[in-house]
Amino acid sequence: MENILEVNDLKVSFNTFAGEVQAVRGVNFHVKKGETLAIVGESGSGKSVTTQSIMRLIPMPPGEIKGGEILFEGTDLVKKSDKQMEKVRGKDIAMIFQDPMTSLNPTMKIGRQIMESMIKHRKIAKTDAKKRAIELLDLVGIPKPEQRVDQYPHEFSGGMRQRAMIAVALASDPKLLIADEPTTALDVTIQAQILELLKDIQKKTNTSIIFITHDLGVVANVADRVAVMYGGKIVETGSVDEVFYNPQHPYTWGLLASMPSLDAEEGELQAIPGSPPDLTNPPKGDAFAARNSYAMKVDFEMEPPMFKVSDTHYAATWLLHEDAPKVEPPAVVRKRIEHFKEKAGER
Amino acid sequence: MANNQEVLVDIKNLKQHFGRGSHKVKAVDGLNFQIYRGETFGLVGESGCGKSTTGRTIIRLYDATDGEVLFDGENVHGKKSKADLKKFNRKMQMIFQDPYASLNPRMTVSDIIAEGIDIHGLSKDKKERKERVVELLETVGLNREHANRYPHEFSGGQRQRIGIARALAVDPDFIIADEPISALDVSIQAQVVNLLKELQEEKNLTYLFIAHDLSMVKYISDRIGVMYFGKLVEVASSDDLYRNAFHPYTKSLMSAIPHPDPDYERNRKRVTYDLQEHLREMDGEEPEWREVSPGHWVSCTKKEFEAYQQQLQTQ
Repeated sequence: MENILEVNDLKVSFNTFAGEVQAVRGVNFHVKKGETLAIVGESGSGKSVTTQSIMRLIPMPPGEIKGGEILFEGTDLVKKSDKQMEKVRGKDIAMIFQDPMTSLNPTMKIGRQIMESMIKHRKIAKTDAKKRAIELLDLVGIPKPEQRVDQYPHEFSGGMRQRAMIAVALASDPKLLIADEPTTALDVTIQAQILELLKDIQKKTNTSIIFITHDLGVVANVADRVAVMYGGKIVETGSVDEVFYNPQHPYTWGLLASMPSLDAEEGELQAIPGSPPDLTNPPKGDAFAARNSYAMKVDFEMEPPMFKVSDTHYAATWLLHEDAPKVEPPAVVRKRIEHFKEKAGER
Repeated sequence: MANNQEVLVDIKNLKQHFGRGSHKVKAVDGLNFQIYRGETFGLVGESGCGKSTTGRTIIRLYDATDGEVLFDGENVHGKKSKADLKKFNRKMQMIFQDPYASLNPRMTVSDIIAEGIDIHGLSKDKKERKERVVELLETVGLNREHANRYPHEFSGGQRQRIGIARALAVDPDFIIADEPISALDVSIQAQVVNLLKELQEEKNLTYLFIAHDLSMVKYISDRIGVMYFGKLVEVASSDDLYRNAFHPYTKSLMSAIPHPDPDYERNRKRVTYDLQEHLREMDGEEPEWREVSPGHWVSCTKKEFEAYQQQLQTQ
């Protein structure tokens, strides 16, 4: 499959009074046509900054793309002018935001907001655009779309607004959809509906999706591949099965261990001690070393490169170096993976 | 764990209605449940189901429209002198969802934590007050240097710890935690939940834990109540609820939780709850609160009740 997006060694910083915050410190990943890449990480890990850089939504200043390239269908988005970016944004790449309350325009009818990008980018006549808007509302599962198209956002419930926003994003048939925590503000039942909807749309339109979240359950549901971010870097990447059933980086272990599982018997949750690193002054070695009970001396001195686990699975931890002692993931994680495998056998 | 079955909080037919006439919203509409001393009672439901209102009404941030909340045998609502209310406020405390909005930005951490101590006159002099604040900070995993700082100098997880220290300052018996972790990162959530659990064991606290993240609720709670449109539809021990959910709404809620297991997710069957269809099935019969198995209560019709029991036997 061809890559629709390739991000190479992306570095993004913010200049603040406290100094330069290195929010993204050399990130590499790609997205293939029709697949979903989930980016997982905590707040401050750089996941949103990465995707906002792709859309060039980072306010500059204080933000600055310090280096690297973002190749979208082979052309570098970093080099594009603002004017040129306007032709990409909302047309080839569209974004769904976390909070549908603040990202829809409250003074504009839903229909107009959907039609906006069609009229601008596709030069479609107004009447045709409205017809298409109704189709889109229908596609995202909004009942009575002919009436809804003329309503304002405040007349929609939270879940319905999120659906409307997906309709806005889909209006110009984007090749890449970036969903930044699209379900975090929603209830579980609505979340499940929205996730099903996104997968369904992907099947129909073969859109590529970058899905940002911190919920590992959601990742397991939507992703084909996963990138785990920590301290402005990707620390582990692989297919969803590889990352969940054969995790390599201690941070990934920590994330898995700090989530309660619904059906496995368990004792105490294993919280990751401490807090994320200060990126104005990023640590010298592995950014996770200070919170990592498996950390070795080298972790505090040198940054680990990406070690290859399989053709698709990489992790940046010195534990994978041939001279490193053989370490097993924590018992909680091991037990849980065994439990998952048992259950999979039963199915 | 609830090692004895002494009722600490008894909620009887609690109602909380807002507005009047055609604009009336029945946020909480006839709740009945008990919380035992030393246990954690989890309250779950979707946004707007009334779970936060329930918590706020129990602690009398709102005056109840109808019904009673008996705390240690005494009604929290109804006529009360200031002194009596003060007594209650000492025994019942609350931890809020938003660690950014629930701490006064113009007060130092030490003043925030000691506010309850001051109001209730729990310290003899300045020195004792200070010692108590330091002790509380250390209990929640912060340290003495933090006492003179302001909330903006802390991260979300640390702020939530300050909120917990404030609640603990007056030595309460009962803490209402209203979505205490939903604003925090995953790795920090586990820290705060573990802290709450430790404190419970140490101080024999009783919790009402309100949340919409069911996996966390299952982890921390002894018993769970599921709310739907202002009413409880099911109450059971947390293991029992996850193994044998009976009410169709509970089932739909369970089936919607994403598991961190890709293979499970690929094979997931989601059940949806259709209120209209359920009402048709009930055929006009008012559902009643029935005990399907010991300690497992479901709001159901007689026919449903029999079906649930049969379901239990065939297992």
